[in-house]
Amino acid sequence: MWEFTTPRTIVMGEGALEYLKEVEGKRALIVTDKVIRGLGFVEKVAKHLKEAGMDVKVFDDVEPEHSIEIVERGAELAREYGPDWFVALGGGSCIDAAKAIWVLYERPDIRVGEISPLIKLGLRKKAKLISIPTTSGTGSEVSWAVVITNTEEMRKMELASKEVVADISIIDPELPLSMPPKLTADTGIDALANAMEAYVSQWRNEFSDALAIGAIKIIFEYLSRVYKNPEDKEAREKMHYAATMAGLAFSNSQIGVAHALGHSLGAIFKIPHGRTVAVFLPYTIRYNAKEAMDRYATIAGAINIKSETDQQAVDGLIEAVRKLLRELDEPTSVQEMGISWEDYQSKLNDLVERAIASTGTIANPRVPTAEEYRKLFIYAFKGEEVDF
Amino acid sequence: MEKLKFPSEEWIKAFKEEVNRNKAYEEAAKDWEGDFLFIATPDEGLEKEVVFYVDLWHGKCRDAYVVPSRDAKKAEFIYEGPYSNWKKLIMGEIDPIRGLLMRKFKLTGSMMKIMRYTKAASELVKTAQKIPTEFI
Ligand SMILES: [Zn+2]
Repeated sequence: MWEFTTPRTIVMGEGALEYLKEVEGKRALIVTDKVIRGLGFVEKVAKHLKEAGMDVKVFDDVEPEHSIEIVERGAELAREYGPDWFVALGGGSCIDAAKAIWVLYERPDIRVGEISPLIKLGLRKKAKLISIPTTSGTGSEVSWAVVITNTEEMRKMELASKEVVADISIIDPELPLSMPPKLTADTGIDALANAMEAYVSQWRNEFSDALAIGAIKIIFEYLSRVYKNPEDKEAREKMHYAATMAGLAFSNSQIGVAHALGHSLGAIFKIPHGRTVAVFLPYTIRYNAKEAMDRYATIAGAINIKSETDQQAVDGLIEAVRKLLRELDEPTSVQEMGISWEDYQSKLNDLVERAIASTGTIANPRVPTAEEYRKLFIYAFKGEEVDF
Repeated sequence: MEKLKFPSEEWIKAFKEEVNRNKAYEEAAKDWEGDFLFIATPDEGLEKEVVFYVDLWHGKCRDAYVVPSRDAKKAEFIYEGPYSNWKKLIMGEIDPIRGLLMRKFKLTGSMMKIMRYTKAASELVKTAQKIPTEFI
């Protein structure tokens, strides 16, 4: 037995935001950040909600690496205000913060770190969640994941619960149009990593497979196009959908070791999520192929890589990932990120330790030992071909 | 080899011996420190709750035996579920971690700590599969 959890409604396409006018409720708390506010999106969303007859308040203190304290502050505001809707507006960090604030609002008795699939939260007694992504990457708008930074321990807490999956997700292609190219690339390659890891995970299923493959095809076709031409509306729209599809895929399958390595690297060196995860893909595909060769060959086939054997297909896929990263001006090795070998080496134990503890390790097709994680970190730093 | 009844004292003793022969488990759990109560709650022919105490330490099983009740022995972790789910777990139909996510089993103790040793957990299940088992 397994389950596939999605929002009850996914609204997509031009004008999707207007769906908000039809939502029934009394008080909405918009959870967002100052950048999104500056772009004028908050006003637009608030206007629609008011047209629906709702009172609206805004919490815009979310930061890219939002901490437990920010979540607690948001929950305090929510308790004073008493919303029956949370409206998460922004990138993955805004949506994840909204999920955590919602949990603390409904369950003042639990702490952020306790959010887990193993406990019953009993949400939706007071409020529900609408998610509106402004980037095309994390898939948080439809996922069960909540990533919160524990600033004291410099650790990314990878929390999850099926209960935090949004009720309504609005995938409006107008919103990501405002993304600068670098953010487009960083978030787009996260979607690629999400989909690829979902497809090879031990927890994959037919439903997640279909969405993962669908997302991968779109990403290879449209991501570099939108990176080169940010105004390309068709490519924007496709990428916005692909990110959500990848989110549905990994949220109902599981992320893998590229995320384990990436979260670890990102927590220590403060580098954007997508970049830290995708840089490891060429190495983790090679590493995983020992157990999941046929799966990668299927991905290769889906993006029209010609090959006679599965081995050739995997080689072609790794090359295609590298090529895409280069087209996006993304690093293909850790040293290209401006980290010195001395610094990296001194933190290697810590990096390995964190990767082992990551939820990306659990259902990966091949479960790395500490020694293998160490080697993956080293090979990916130097840009060496994985041979173990 | 004669089939051993699950759950029974003979079965858990055989499990201990098999764990201590499993090199893959030893490697995956070489830093593990922590003991368990494995509890099968009554259903499908199991009339009374059965509690195993299993002490796992640095890749080895130091001790394993049946205890009279869940209050008779303290352990860092409790992994419990109905007898029918234990049967499925041993037969490889339920994965030990996925079983927790689907609430087929319940864990008391730090999930974070368990998550770091999922390979060890699946090796424990593989070990259980090596024992010729007769179910109720
Ligand atoms: Zn990701």
